[in-house]
Amino acid sequence: MSEFDTSFDFDGRRVPFRPGQTLGAALVAAGTTAWRTTRLEGRPRGLFCGIGVCFDCLLTVDGHANQRACLVVARDGMTALTQEGTGHDDT
Amino acid sequence: MTTPDLTPSGADHDVVVIGAGPAGMACVATLLAETSLTVGLVDAGHGAGGQYWRQPAPVPTPHPGEPAPRRAGLHHDLATFHRLRDALDRGAASGRLATRFAHHVWSVTANDPGPVAEGGFAVHVVDRSGRPGDESTSTITGRALVIATGAFDRALPFPGWDLPGVMTVGGLQALLKAGDVAAGRRVAIGGTGPFLLPVAAALAARGSTVVGVFEANHPVRWLRESRAVARNVGKLGEGAGYAATLLRHRVPLRPRRMIVAAHGTDRVEAVSVARVGRDGRPVEGSAERHTVDAVGVGWGFTPQLDIAVTLGLRLTRDRGGTPVVEVDRLHRSSRPRVYAAGETCGVGGAALALVEGRLAARGVAHDLTGADPASHPAPGPDGVAAVRLGAFADAIISAHPVPVGWVDALTDETIVCRCEEVRFGAVRAAIEAGATDARQVKQLTRTGMGWCQGRVCGYAAALLSAGAPGEPDERLIGAPMPLGALAQTDDQHDAM
Repeated sequence: MSEFDTSFDFDGRRVPFRPGQTLGAALVAAGTTAWRTTRLEGRPRGLFCGIGVCFDCLLTVDGHANQRACLVVARDGMTALTQEGTGHDDT
Repeated sequence: MTTPDLTPSGADHDVVVIGAGPAGMACVATLLAETSLTVGLVDAGHGAGGQYWRQPAPVPTPHPGEPAPRRAGLHHDLATFHRLRDALDRGAASGRLATRFAHHVWSVTANDPGPVAEGGFAVHVVDRSGRPGDESTSTITGRALVIATGAFDRALPFPGWDLPGVMTVGGLQALLKAGDVAAGRRVAIGGTGPFLLPVAAALAARGSTVVGVFEANHPVRWLRESRAVARNVGKLGEGAGYAATLLRHRVPLRPRRMIVAAHGTDRVEAVSVARVGRDGRPVEGSAERHTVDAVGVGWGFTPQLDIAVTLGLRLTRDRGGTPVVEVDRLHRSSRPRVYAAGETCGVGGAALALVEGRLAARGVAHDLTGADPASHPAPGPDGVAAVRLGAFADAIISAHPVPVGWVDALTDETIVCRCEEVRFGAVRAAIEAGATDARQVKQLTRTGMGWCQGRVCGYAAALLSAGAPGEPDERLIGAPMPLGALAQTDDQHDAM
């Protein structure tokens, strides 16, 4: 059981977070290092620069693709999804 | 946020400061203390502090009984941060300062002609303080503009650097400072420069095992810079503090070593570390392997010059050849009423950034309050400090070059451009076909054409093709924005 009572949903799994944390920080704290696959080779990616520069940590949040996990502040009840390719149906 | 009263000129503010790190905070605090000018402060973060004093996002309602974040010892010189933040709070309460946090600047245009009769600047921002999908755009105008946008980690490709778990050292530090999260239980730190030490120390203090700090250069290089070092004993004390922390946690400091590969299938599981010879190349057969679950790499910093380039500011190069904004002693750029402070005019750390922020404020004050623009007020003690700390910054840059042998670690399969998944083999072929700079490599291979616009791989592409850092690219949109938000931008302020 987590020490926090706030959580978001990641691919159907409950991820607890400390209020003020980003989605990326909460995912790493929960032992998840990758939440995107690349457009061409389908390789896993997660945080790299951690400050919004590199765009490696993209995921889909509440239906909005291409959100940087390192910048989006987690909110109770958010839904985050692994992003494949461009995050849109045209891949 | 309330709309500020317009200045007599019609601008929202006398001065718009972009960036609320040490330089921007010091600039704003000085403007508030020493002038009667009104100020707008914009930053992408959720509060003041920048990367150096990065804080968790503010929590709207306190959660009683929740464990306190374990961030003790992470931040240096917090007293200065609190003093500056208090000054900003007082300025906001008095109505002279309007802050816009979680606002990303996507463009800056010269407002000529525009609503600001005397000329001025329009800063176009995306408000990302709400949920994804709730972004909105607006424009902030000012008679003068201070660019204090800082710098980001400089990364170099090596086999396996695209594996999850491999991050920049700045990324590791941001996780600790803002999220109270250690990226791994066993961490290798590599690259060059004094910033490796605080990150390793913070991870060790947080309970991670740091298997080594692999510094490509050797401390003996400092002896060559003894004059600058001797005049900055205080800065050395900061480094000694980190070294003591590392010693206490038995973190090995390994000079003349570099991480030459990260291993793993879907995440990093180990690194190979090689000795760096006197020729700056990894010594064959010297590689040792360390089991890790996280890696931090950093080869110094690249100043964030998007706005400076957009405004056509004259650039110069620092001692390491990195493009930076050219400024005078009061941090005026080549364009009237545009100023730059902090890492944008040369990476030198927080102490120098604070001094430069104050100097820029005095440049603004001098220029906007009707003094003879040709006269130069004496920079005073801050001017002296800037010279001293600048010499120290130069010494650091000289003591921590990227060793030429970083390319030896690359194989044709190594990813160079992470966004477009371009491998070294393709880049090498482009160079062999005649590409002589990063732009030509981009045209031939798509290296630097993806989401990050070459911010991550541009340095490597320039070193590989031209042998030196390249001129920064002009990026029409400095920050990505949803098309819906772009569509609602006011035509009169539309830069496109």
